[in-house]
Amino acid sequence: MSRRIIKDKVAKIVVCLFSGLTVIPLAAIIWELVKKGYHQINWDFFTKVAPNTLDAMLAQRSGQIIPGGIANGITGTLIMVVMAALLAVPCGLFAGVYLSEKPHTGFSKAVSFLTDLLQGVPSIILGIIAYAWVVKPMGSYSAIAGSIALFIMMLPLIVRSTEETMKMLPSNLKESALALGSSYRSVILKVLLPSSFGGLFTGILLAISRVMGETAPLMFTALGSMQVNWDVTAPTNAIPLLIWQFYNDPNLVGMIWASSLFIMILILILNITASRVARKWKIR
Amino acid sequence: MKSASIVKDKIFRQLLFVAAALIILISAGMIYSLTTGSFGAFSKFGFFKFTFTSAWNPTAGSENYGALSFIIGTLLTSFVALLLCIPFSLPVALFTGEYFKGTKIASFLGTVTDLLAGIPSIVYGLWGFYTLRPIVQSLGLGENGFGILTAGFVLAIMIIPYAASLSGEFFKLVPDDLKEGAYSMGATRLEVVRHISLPMAGTGIFASYVLALGRALGETMAVTMLIGNTNGIPFGLTSTGNTMASIIANQFGEADGLKLSSLIALGLLLFLLTAIINLIGRLIMKRVAVKV
Repeated sequence: MSRRIIKDKVAKIVVCLFSGLTVIPLAAIIWELVKKGYHQINWDFFTKVAPNTLDAMLAQRSGQIIPGGIANGITGTLIMVVMAALLAVPCGLFAGVYLSEKPHTGFSKAVSFLTDLLQGVPSIILGIIAYAWVVKPMGSYSAIAGSIALFIMMLPLIVRSTEETMKMLPSNLKESALALGSSYRSVILKVLLPSSFGGLFTGILLAISRVMGETAPLMFTALGSMQVNWDVTAPTNAIPLLIWQFYNDPNLVGMIWASSLFIMILILILNITASRVARKWKIR
Repeated sequence: MKSASIVKDKIFRQLLFVAAALIILISAGMIYSLTTGSFGAFSKFGFFKFTFTSAWNPTAGSENYGALSFIIGTLLTSFVALLLCIPFSLPVALFTGEYFKGTKIASFLGTVTDLLAGIPSIVYGLWGFYTLRPIVQSLGLGENGFGILTAGFVLAIMIIPYAASLSGEFFKLVPDDLKEGAYSMGATRLEVVRHISLPMAGTGIFASYVLALGRALGETMAVTMLIGNTNGIPFGLTSTGNTMASIIANQFGEADGLKLSSLIALGLLLFLLTAIINLIGRLIMKRVAVKV
């Protein structure tokens, strides 16, 4: 074989090898979570809150698993993600539609530019912002503050995915609807949005899965609470926030693996559903 | 009947406009809040003195704050991450965008990197703390395994998926007829990659790495758990330190007065830094998009 062919073969092997190496962290992380976390998962894990430090220590001393679970985190994550999505989905869809309908005005260019800017803002800064906008005026940490931070994080993601999806729609779809005498409103709501359902839904699911695992924006907005809390004006916990609190408490540190495993599974399900939806409802 | 429909249409159009305007409002409000929040620190120390000194002394009476050590910590960890990320993300991009373009195995690798991107920062932090840190420690690098290098390594894993999927797109954009022309003259795959794909996609790939850098600059949780949280200027790769994001995460909760204002000022600086890096990345990317 000539040197050129050998070089070519070596290059291909190197590419495959290094690509293969990137699979290792994923496998290692999932393996570690399953190995260390599975025995902690039982019915109580989903329905009870974590015990106080002393009880956890006593349980571990006597060789048992830590009793209780992350019910406060599950409900908190649910409340805050749902509130954030209720704000971000309509705003994001409408803004995305606006950008795809009028892409060339100066206003749209400014909005588009700022959407990119917002998308790049580190999540910890969104925590500062929600602190300044909600926590300070209200005088208390709350689920509302946390969901505002998550909302600002979700918004640009949904705007972008909506805009991209709408741009892929054939223009004759809109023209035929208009030719049938539909109003602008029903063209958008009954023709364009439904026919791009797959892309929109995928974008929303991915945005939710992105914010669900966020800790940084919640640390000084939702703060956390050791009880299940349905009051949106009171401090509330979330699963990632709970993991951070467990990590900092030597007696509860055993809870981190099961909690991480649980949030990973949730995110995995969302991601897989998103790609399924995207494939099934692809615009042809 | 007719006019009611027209009115409704008008309201609907305005609704779309308001939603778009909301983005401007949020961005403006954000800059406003960060600026007013950091006013206390900047008026006490001055913008340049705050940015380019490294004091961090919260003792009442002799309070003195500067951002320099955290700026250096942020830049060091992010560039270490970027350097470590390139040898992995480039092969992945070549794998999915060139060598195995459009095959099942490429889409499998794409799924794996998507899942890597979906892992929460705090889980990366846990993995880094319990798996990676002991390894670093046993190699004798850094105090107890904490430091710039450990944080940078985990950051690298976190930005690989982002850099790889973005730059993979640019490999896919390279026109097939160019490559086919080269193949027909007897070029090997490597030669096609080196002389056609890389030069054609190069600018876009560069932009991908700039954007990946922007991601790394603002990462919080994993870095906070691994960098060691000391407030001096880090003197090397094995040194401990703090990034702008990690000091905010660690101290914002119990801060008030001048310290709170200084932390918000750090937030403003971090915001500006990431905004500039992202802007550069997107500008380059737009120019490439126009060319293709």
